[in-house]
Amino acid sequence: MYGLLPALHSAGSLPALLAFTSEPLAHLRSLDIAIIAIYFGMVIWIGVYLKGQSNTSEEFFMAGREMTAWIAGLSFVSANLGSLELMGWAGSAYQYGILATHWYWIGAIPAMVFLGLVMMPFYYVCKTHSVPGYLGLRYGRGASSVAAISFAIEMVLMSGVNMFAMAVVMKVVLGWDISFSIIVSSVAVALYVGLGGLRSAIFNEVLQFVLIWGGALLVPILGMIQAGGVLGLKTQIMHNMQTMTGGGVAGDSYFHMWRDLGHFSANPMGVHWTGIVFGLGFVISFGYWTTDFLVVQRVLAAHNLRAARLAPIIASFFKMATPFIVILPGLLGLVLLQNADGSRRQLVGEDVVASCAMTGDGAVADANGCKAAMAKTSLTPDAQQKVLAGGPDAELHSYNQALPLMMVRYLGPGLLGLGITALIAGFMSGMAGNVSAFSTVWTYDIYKSLINKRGSDSHYVLVGRLSILIGVAVSIGAAYLVMHAHGIMDYVQALFSIFIAPLLAAILFGMFWTRATKQAGFIGLLSGIVFSASLFMWVKLVPSALADVALSPDAKPMAENVFRALWAFIFSAVVIVVISLVTKARPIAELDGLVYGATKLPKEDPVPWYKSEYTWALLVIVIFAGLNILFW
Amino acid sequence: MHGSKIPIWFFIGVLLLVYGGLITGYGLYEVATGQLADVALKELHAPVWWGAVLFLLGLFYVIKFRPRRAVK
Repeated sequence: MYGLLPALHSAGSLPALLAFTSEPLAHLRSLDIAIIAIYFGMVIWIGVYLKGQSNTSEEFFMAGREMTAWIAGLSFVSANLGSLELMGWAGSAYQYGILATHWYWIGAIPAMVFLGLVMMPFYYVCKTHSVPGYLGLRYGRGASSVAAISFAIEMVLMSGVNMFAMAVVMKVVLGWDISFSIIVSSVAVALYVGLGGLRSAIFNEVLQFVLIWGGALLVPILGMIQAGGVLGLKTQIMHNMQTMTGGGVAGDSYFHMWRDLGHFSANPMGVHWTGIVFGLGFVISFGYWTTDFLVVQRVLAAHNLRAARLAPIIASFFKMATPFIVILPGLLGLVLLQNADGSRRQLVGEDVVASCAMTGDGAVADANGCKAAMAKTSLTPDAQQKVLAGGPDAELHSYNQALPLMMVRYLGPGLLGLGITALIAGFMSGMAGNVSAFSTVWTYDIYKSLINKRGSDSHYVLVGRLSILIGVAVSIGAAYLVMHAHGIMDYVQALFSIFIAPLLAAILFGMFWTRATKQAGFIGLLSGIVFSASLFMWVKLVPSALADVALSPDAKPMAENVFRALWAFIFSAVVIVVISLVTKARPIAELDGLVYGATKLPKEDPVPWYKSEYTWALLVIVIFAGLNILFW
Repeated sequence: MHGSKIPIWFFIGVLLLVYGGLITGYGLYEVATGQLADVALKELHAPVWWGAVLFLLGLFYVIKFRPRRAVK
């Protein structure tokens, strides 16, 4: 989920790691290679097997709307569980402590429950094939086309960035050639999604979900044993923090999610609770989980309305548990990662790693640049001296490498192959999500809506299959573009956060306000995107503008994303309300199945209380509240 | 899942069964030869018990969700 990626601010420097000339972090044995090869064989087998069940457009694009709540729910959460996210948030936990958990809890759970209980009936009852399709039914072709075109561009470009990021990680961790990683992963994704459509993507996402947990869960288990449990971990982190943190941030801020959010400078992330609650918890989270078609498509494939409502609620339990395999390894890395001589290994930003890249003979290439970069970090003078002196084991590693480093520390042959397979699976599920969503939006909301309305069902399936191939090809092109023009990565990654807030405003007003008009939806969406992009460019060109966007001179880049989203949502909302009040609304009768208050929802068969979505939603909310209080 | 002959859970079971078998097998080989991989906490023999967990989980899914012939 790019808008929620931690490392949006640091991923931009990911290409800098290409300057990395050292030995890879891990060396795979034949057993590890066999485990990775078996995984590739399995995903292609699934694609080939499901080809015969993806002949009609309903089967190819919507998986026949046959998924159970469990399959749709696991696929829903898995499409979001990419490896960039796993590694990025483990790195963020290393940097910021458990504040990073906000992106898993308040940044996901309320929105997922809201999607299941409140919004899903409208998406499901109107039988739309996509989120832009819903906008088309509600506001007409203008809003739908803006959403569809922006989403399609976003999907293929992000798929390319994802692909490139995976290739860089595989080069740094395993020493694999960049082109080899790009070609192998994209051919596998094109094969299994192109053959089996959404059904194949969903099947593989569920498989990948199990692999990610099976491959990553052992690291925190072993880490907690070695750290001496929760108390041991906390004591050691507090001890280490004394040397790492400075300024006004207290060492134990790393263990509090809310206590230190009263001021930007009181917490290591440099955010304020208003940004976390309204920007992240409302706009970004609701925007992503309720309107991003990449995830909503999985739930639309459910076999009935109750399954569609239950799916996001089932997913929310797993989302709430994900910090155990992501945040905890990052925290454990703070105390357990060691150099070969037994000293504590401190991780730094990717820009510092790139500045201190070593030449083939083990010396730092640019000693002055490296010295200046390290001076801004919390590295001890001894550690800095060791890096400048060069030699074996002197190399710096970045925050984003916290998870792979922890894997290498604990996982031997076989288990390491499983862990690496989990990372590859995460990358591929993200890429498959991008291309399957792109294919649906391209075929239904662009090709069928704007180019050829009268094709046969088999014609649209063919267009869907071809669009997957074209989408993958464009993604490969985008990956190489990013490789040769690094600055583009920042812009591509910003696309999500630019589009999502105006889209949320258009959908919420469309779904819950009968008065919202066609013109308001179109202009609100378009002007919101322009406004959001302008804010992004303002901060990009004038970095000091961050203080104005986030309302504090102490704000850090992480705060920009959440506040920009908040302002863009408010801007779009105001435009939609004002234009709606001066234009003519559609008759209520036309809004049946689309808007709350104008729709008679179908009655669901009664079920025992323990099967009711409301029971499970209540349980999620209680656990969510309890966890936030526990880690206050 | 409706409409498909082989449920996704069966595919998952097969993969876990194979992975569990390979990893446990390697772990037992390590124990038998005493040549433990150079990783932290190697004395806990994680490949043996984690591989066994994966294997048993896989076995459960393979048996419970094995494809059955349609009844005529």
